[in-house]
Amino acid sequence: MEYIDRLPAMDLMRSEKMMLVQLIIPVESAHRAVSYLGELGLLQFRDLNDDKSPFQRTFVNQVKRCAEMSRKLRFIKEQIHKAGLTPSPSPAPQPDIDLEELEIQLEEHEHGLIEMNANSEKLQQTYNELLEFKMVLQKAGDFLLSTGSHVATQETELAENIHVNDDYAETSSLLEQVGSNFQEMLPGPSNQTGVRFISGIICKSKVLRFERMLFRTTRGNMLFNQAPTDDQILDPATNELVEKIVFVVFFSGEQARVKILKICEAFGANCYPVAEDTIRRRQITREVLSHLSDLETTLEAGLRHRDKALISIGFHLAKWMNMVRREKAVYDTLNMLNFDVTKKCLVGEGWCPIFAKTKIQEALQRATTDSNSQVGVIFHVMHSVESPPTYFKTNHLTNAYQEIVDAYGVAKYQEANPAVYTIITFPFLFAVMFGDWGHGICLLLGALFLIAREKKLGSQKLGSFMEMLFGGRYVLLLMSLFSIYCGLIYNEFFSVPFHIFGNSAYRCRDTTCSDSRSVGLVKYQDTYPFGVDPSWRGSRSELPFLNSLKMKMSILFGIAQMNLGIILSYFNARYFGNSLDIKYQFVPQMIFLNSLFGYLSLLIIIKWCSGSQADLYHVMIYMFLSPFEDLGENKLFWGQNVLQVILLLLAVIAVPWMLFPKPFILKRLHTERFQGRSYTALGTSDIYDDEEPDSAREPHLEEFNFSEVFVHQMIHSIEFVLGAVSNTASYLRLWALSLAHSELSTVFYEKVLLLAWGYDNLVIRLVGLAVFSFATAFILLMMETLSAFLHALRLHWVEFQNKFYSGDGYKFRPFSFAALNEDED
Amino acid sequence: MYGFEALTFNIHGGYLEAIVRGYRSGLLTAADYNNLCQCETLDDIKMHLSATEYGSYLQNEPSPLHTTTIVEKCTLKLVDEYKHMLAQATEPLSTFLEYITYGHMIDNVVLIVTGTLHERDVQELLEKCHPLGMFDSIATLAVAQNMRELYRLVLVDTPLAPYFSECITSEDLDDMNIEIMRNTLYKAYLEDFYRFCKTLGGATAEIMSDLLAFEADRRAVNITINSIGTELTRDDRRKLYSNFGLLYPYGHEELAVCEDIDQVRAAMEKYPPYQSIFSKLSYGESQMLDKAFYEEEVKRLCLAFEQQFHYGVFFAYMRLREQEIRNLMWISECVAQNQKSRVHDSVVFIF
Repeated sequence: MEYIDRLPAMDLMRSEKMMLVQLIIPVESAHRAVSYLGELGLLQFRDLNDDKSPFQRTFVNQVKRCAEMSRKLRFIKEQIHKAGLTPSPSPAPQPDIDLEELEIQLEEHEHGLIEMNANSEKLQQTYNELLEFKMVLQKAGDFLLSTGSHVATQETELAENIHVNDDYAETSSLLEQVGSNFQEMLPGPSNQTGVRFISGIICKSKVLRFERMLFRTTRGNMLFNQAPTDDQILDPATNELVEKIVFVVFFSGEQARVKILKICEAFGANCYPVAEDTIRRRQITREVLSHLSDLETTLEAGLRHRDKALISIGFHLAKWMNMVRREKAVYDTLNMLNFDVTKKCLVGEGWCPIFAKTKIQEALQRATTDSNSQVGVIFHVMHSVESPPTYFKTNHLTNAYQEIVDAYGVAKYQEANPAVYTIITFPFLFAVMFGDWGHGICLLLGALFLIAREKKLGSQKLGSFMEMLFGGRYVLLLMSLFSIYCGLIYNEFFSVPFHIFGNSAYRCRDTTCSDSRSVGLVKYQDTYPFGVDPSWRGSRSELPFLNSLKMKMSILFGIAQMNLGIILSYFNARYFGNSLDIKYQFVPQMIFLNSLFGYLSLLIIIKWCSGSQADLYHVMIYMFLSPFEDLGENKLFWGQNVLQVILLLLAVIAVPWMLFPKPFILKRLHTERFQGRSYTALGTSDIYDDEEPDSAREPHLEEFNFSEVFVHQMIHSIEFVLGAVSNTASYLRLWALSLAHSELSTVFYEKVLLLAWGYDNLVIRLVGLAVFSFATAFILLMMETLSAFLHALRLHWVEFQNKFYSGDGYKFRPFSFAALNEDED
Repeated sequence: MYGFEALTFNIHGGYLEAIVRGYRSGLLTAADYNNLCQCETLDDIKMHLSATEYGSYLQNEPSPLHTTTIVEKCTLKLVDEYKHMLAQATEPLSTFLEYITYGHMIDNVVLIVTGTLHERDVQELLEKCHPLGMFDSIATLAVAQNMRELYRLVLVDTPLAPYFSECITSEDLDDMNIEIMRNTLYKAYLEDFYRFCKTLGGATAEIMSDLLAFEADRRAVNITINSIGTELTRDDRRKLYSNFGLLYPYGHEELAVCEDIDQVRAAMEKYPPYQSIFSKLSYGESQMLDKAFYEEEVKRLCLAFEQQFHYGVFFAYMRLREQEIRNLMWISECVAQNQKSRVHDSVVFIF
């Protein structure tokens, strides 16, 4: 036992030792101290103002200021994005500025940008108006040029209108209207000045409704001419090009004019006057054109100016955003601190790993000297009954495995960490299911590619799928290495056996080899040195042989891993000083599992070594059904009968052993501990509550509920007993998936590749090759990897971890600027 | 009739029902309101809201904020959600969703017409319109001089057209008949919506007819109270009541002849569901009636979520969000005008 204690500590086995510390920071150095701690990133602050809403906290104004600044930064970023520039940090070193300065600068920049935008928008507006005017002049001019024929057309148009209205003239009121219209309109065509027109421009999408509305209001008493413009107009609001249409409406009467203008306004149509005689029109067009070119240069100059300003801001943008983000995080953290009674100090509490104590003290010391504070920061360790957070120091490789374990549940503080074993067992169990060294090499190449480009890929944003692959690159690496290993054992390269380790141990009985499929081969030399003999491939007994091998292997791996799990529960109990769990949980569990399935493993090994032909099913089943009967030809070793009876007895004893003693002992301990003390205990806990209202340090005495404990223990025992059977069976998935994988790849190889190769036709061969490689890539490499991964995951989460892992801890989340940046990106 | 909705509802409606239930869980809770009521400035409100689902809508607003901005952004969120649901919906849910907006459409029409009557700028009026009740040619409403023109020029294109059959007159528009128009339109709308829900059948019909009946009854009471002391005749008043609901037809007879608030009360107390509302109010008081009705409505709307496989949840969600926006507006106004003592007067807690 001492030997175990003398073993060197495993880093990853137990989470870091944590301590609850209290910081008393003078107000003047608080900000600096917290930001130094943020750089260090090893202290997790506890929120001492949980009951206060965000705007009741102390530093709410600073937080608001930071939010305001980050809003401005977002605005600037958006502007830069809109202008089509990419913000890049300048190569030149940037001067450090403090927050107040930054705030002023941001204010200026935002103001400047808004002003520039407003100016350019105004210019754009005028420019658009002029452009529209130009278009209207051009298009409307065309309509007006045919003034001579225009009267005539309008006449016919009117006649048509009347005709149309006649069709609808069922109601008397409409008839009346038509009549009156006709009366009104009669002098129209004869009198040239009676017909007037409005010209303008409108969005293409609205033109149909516009025309209909005009038609309705004037009761069809108008002529609507339209022409699409040649180029599109930039809409200043959305920054998009809009297609517009020039229209000219001819009508008569003052009332109609007012109505039409109103409709134009309602539809956002811009009306421009067009002179009727050609000479004046030309003159106006010339003027407009000159204005336009002037404006164009002004606009461009404005844009250039803005772009320059944006680029100069863009140099600092990333740095500033980072700074504001940090600052906000610092104030958010400061908001978690409490003021002490004198209001001169801030009191904070937090968790930190013990190894970081000196570093934290150093940082605090630095903060004190840097801020010229008279009083240093007081740093002292507190006692806590609350369970500390779990913190594992991981590296690139171990991180992914820790994540796999954490996905199930974060380890309880200082609990044995299954990730230690997962690093090897996970890829190994994966490989047992994925054993094929051809596929393994493909995976290896992928993993190596990801690892080689680690730096580059790590810095950029990946899609969710790539992100996942990249995160698990080291898992992938080990998985592929183990697959190659298992593939060599299974002797499969894309399902083809290779003679790597010498010739097969079997050969035909004679030179013709005619009876190789019926009678079989003979062994003429030593067993194949490594892995499965290539001669098994394609033989009649290939499947029975491989199934028997893989099935037994799966059970051995399963029993080994479950035993490891139970042993870990021993280490846990030992570590937490819980002898009860060792005596009444670990020992009977060990006995139960090994007396039944440990015995099975033993039988398997003996059978393998001795080459016996005993039927293990029979042995196991009749061990329960008739333990005293003679084994007959299934006997593997001397004394097996007696051993079986003893093991069976042990297993039967182990069940009540793990069920009954523990709850009764717990009950006795409880009554002993609190005998005659129950009243005083209640009283003291009340007093504690009064003395320390903010955080009662004393644990509230838990009431011991025997029935609850007993039921819990019963569930636990039943789960273990049933689990021993079902979990062992569950490990058979190793065999099943491995079989599925090898059969699938055989099918693709034989039925696709070899079939296609049988034809003496290049096209068919190419098609066959293509189908084979697609099937290999997508079905075998992607789908099968995924399924084997998931099954390995299950075996670890359920079969392995339920033996010892409670996983009800919470993660250590230190206040750290580095983590902050990751979150934001 | 209860069909086998559970069997087939999810084919078309399942996704959206899940969506709307998700939206519903984003509604502010009583704890949120308590925190909001403690705010000192509008910035505090923004800060608090930034922790809720409104966060992304408010985060880019520069300080100082105005109440209108907060309300505008919150409404924008509602509109975005509505548009998302409408885009995903198939028949008959899409029609159902469209029906929900007609009420806003009527309000907008009335707003614009009244505004033009008082010679307000059309653009300014458009900004005040509820975005859910917008339709293409809404700006053209300003052209119309009387009901007939209003109908013939603009509304004939809108879904409101059939509701207009009751109120086409050639009289010039004035405040009084605009108000009558609003109520007539609303009556026709509610009746149409009610009929539509009945044709949908199943749980939708059952739940929606309950909700719409409440709405109709509330409008009837409001019309009665608002028309006391005006020149509206009893018969005209009677015509504005919707032809369904708990009060129809006998309650309407009684309401039509009411001369003061206590008579209304006497008429209403005969109906057990409304008795509780009126029992909260003291005699002669009508100020708190709105809030009491809102509270009752919110309670009924929340109950709509208790049942599955019906469209009532969409209606209920939209109404609850609108109530929430009203609450936020009231709180913001109280905070902005330093009237924090009145903050609880009109806030209706939803959960």
